[in-house]
Amino acid sequence: MFSRCSASLTRSAAQGYRRFQSTLVVAEHNNETLNPITGNAVTAAKKLGGDVTVLVVGTKVGPVSEAAAKLDGVAKVLVAEGDAYKGLLAEAVTPLVLATQNQFKFTHIVAGATAFGKAVLPRIAAKLDVSPISEIIGVKSPDTFVRTVYAGNAIQTIKSKDPVKVLTVRGTNFEPAGSGGSGKVEKAPEGDFASKTTEYVSQELTKSDRPSLTAAKIIISGGRGMKSGDNFKMLYDLADKWGAAVGASRAAVDAGYVPNDLQIGQTGKIVAPELYIAIGISGAIQHLAGMKDSKTIVAINKDPEAPIFQVADYGLVADLFKAVPEINEKC
Amino acid sequence: MSRVLVGVKRVIDYAVKIRVKPDKSGVVTEGVKHSMNPFDEIAVEEAVKLKEKKIASEVVAVSVGPTQAQEVLRTALAMGADRGIHIEVTGKEYDLLQPIHVSKILAKLAQDEKVDLVILGKQAIDDDCNQTAQMTAAMLDWPQAVFASKVDKDGDALTVVREVDGGLETIKAKLPAVISADLRLNTPRYATLPNIMKAKKKPIKKVSAKDLGVDTTPRIEIVSVEDPPVRQAGSVLPDVDTLLAKLRDGGHIK
Repeated sequence: MFSRCSASLTRSAAQGYRRFQSTLVVAEHNNETLNPITGNAVTAAKKLGGDVTVLVVGTKVGPVSEAAAKLDGVAKVLVAEGDAYKGLLAEAVTPLVLATQNQFKFTHIVAGATAFGKAVLPRIAAKLDVSPISEIIGVKSPDTFVRTVYAGNAIQTIKSKDPVKVLTVRGTNFEPAGSGGSGKVEKAPEGDFASKTTEYVSQELTKSDRPSLTAAKIIISGGRGMKSGDNFKMLYDLADKWGAAVGASRAAVDAGYVPNDLQIGQTGKIVAPELYIAIGISGAIQHLAGMKDSKTIVAINKDPEAPIFQVADYGLVADLFKAVPEINEKC
Repeated sequence: MSRVLVGVKRVIDYAVKIRVKPDKSGVVTEGVKHSMNPFDEIAVEEAVKLKEKKIASEVVAVSVGPTQAQEVLRTALAMGADRGIHIEVTGKEYDLLQPIHVSKILAKLAQDEKVDLVILGKQAIDDDCNQTAQMTAAMLDWPQAVFASKVDKDGDALTVVREVDGGLETIKAKLPAVISADLRLNTPRYATLPNIMKAKKKPIKKVSAKDLGVDTTPRIEIVSVEDPPVRQAGSVLPDVDTLLAKLRDGGHIK
């Protein structure tokens, strides 16, 4: 009797608690377009229950805040514009988020698990004296989350005891939010948040007309087996035919065949396209961590013992220097 | 610049295929090969390089963990660190220890040891958190230069090239600062036998989290640790034509 009573009490308390969830999503953008991962983060935020507010911070936030307001499920967009936010330095974004948190008392602060989200959110969490939770792949309840550890070889479910949950979201595990929203756009708290210790100097971005790795439906990746940077041209040609992105294993990056930002794996990008074609990649644990959630995996490798064949839906044991030109010719 | 603090973590070796415990409480660590977290080797190498360039005067290596954490401290000493600090945390407390606790410990040590620079790896390959450097910087209110692939000293600041999603980014961070090392920062040296012997004589100070006034109360509860879903076995195809036919059938290509 007593236990039943307390169980129902706990349940109603939990429901009441759920009703008062409110989440701040820190948007990622380049002053022109909203990074699609913000849409995935909004979907994760909706799973937490409660209102979703998006914070858009930058030197130019007009078009991006409009795009954020249209994301399905977004109730409010807070904007903070100014030179202080040049380069979106963690030292400048953090005090702004803290001021916003102070005013609105969110229960959750969320961002995509990108280089930006990973750099900024732990700094915010430390200032709030809470333990952040990185790269969640699932939301079980407002305080219980699923994430991977050991390069994706174990799935951990953890319950946070902190009053505010600071989370980064693995984009590939949450659908992007639709575009039926009509959030109100308001000004974020103002203040002198410019970093006095860090200065943005410059960026050197890899220019490409191909889709970005994290958004591409097809990814063609090369590894050490490619033997040189020049040989990657075969993959670029194929990628252009198929509208695919080109990725690489750490070995190919370390050998200097392609730039670092193409690296897929535990410490590079995590991707989950419809089709992943691994060419001349052996399939080390660290690489598999970045691509094994792909829908269909194809491996082309001359070594039939290569571990990549254990995760591949279709394997072709062949010399890539014969197979890839043949594919290029026949498609 | 005088002193550099470098954090090292003992983790299951990167090449080991881990096993999840049948009771779903964690992964099997007993009798499994452990070594220094690969990103921390890079951090140590960078610190030692700064010393060789006479930019740093002393390199202090610190590790938080059970007794065996001293093994990775010895490795850091053999690579060229001058002395070690071991913060002993064991058993259940260590299982639930998180970056927030480690960063508080590191921040306190950074102040006590009067360091100008803290270098850490960008992430540990066991918990894959990628948080400690950012949080340490926040605790100290120091600038952070995370995912660094190049570090140069420039007066009282560091010019750091960072690996970001679209390519590279350069920032300037005033000292004191916290850096986290990406894979491309350097190639760590191997400790030679004479240096391993010399490292045995270098001092390792043992301190407890309590001595530092850091509260290690768990912030999380581990509900379960499970194996990831297993992929269905695929098929090996005889030639390119079959592969292209499969991809067309699957609607992947036209």
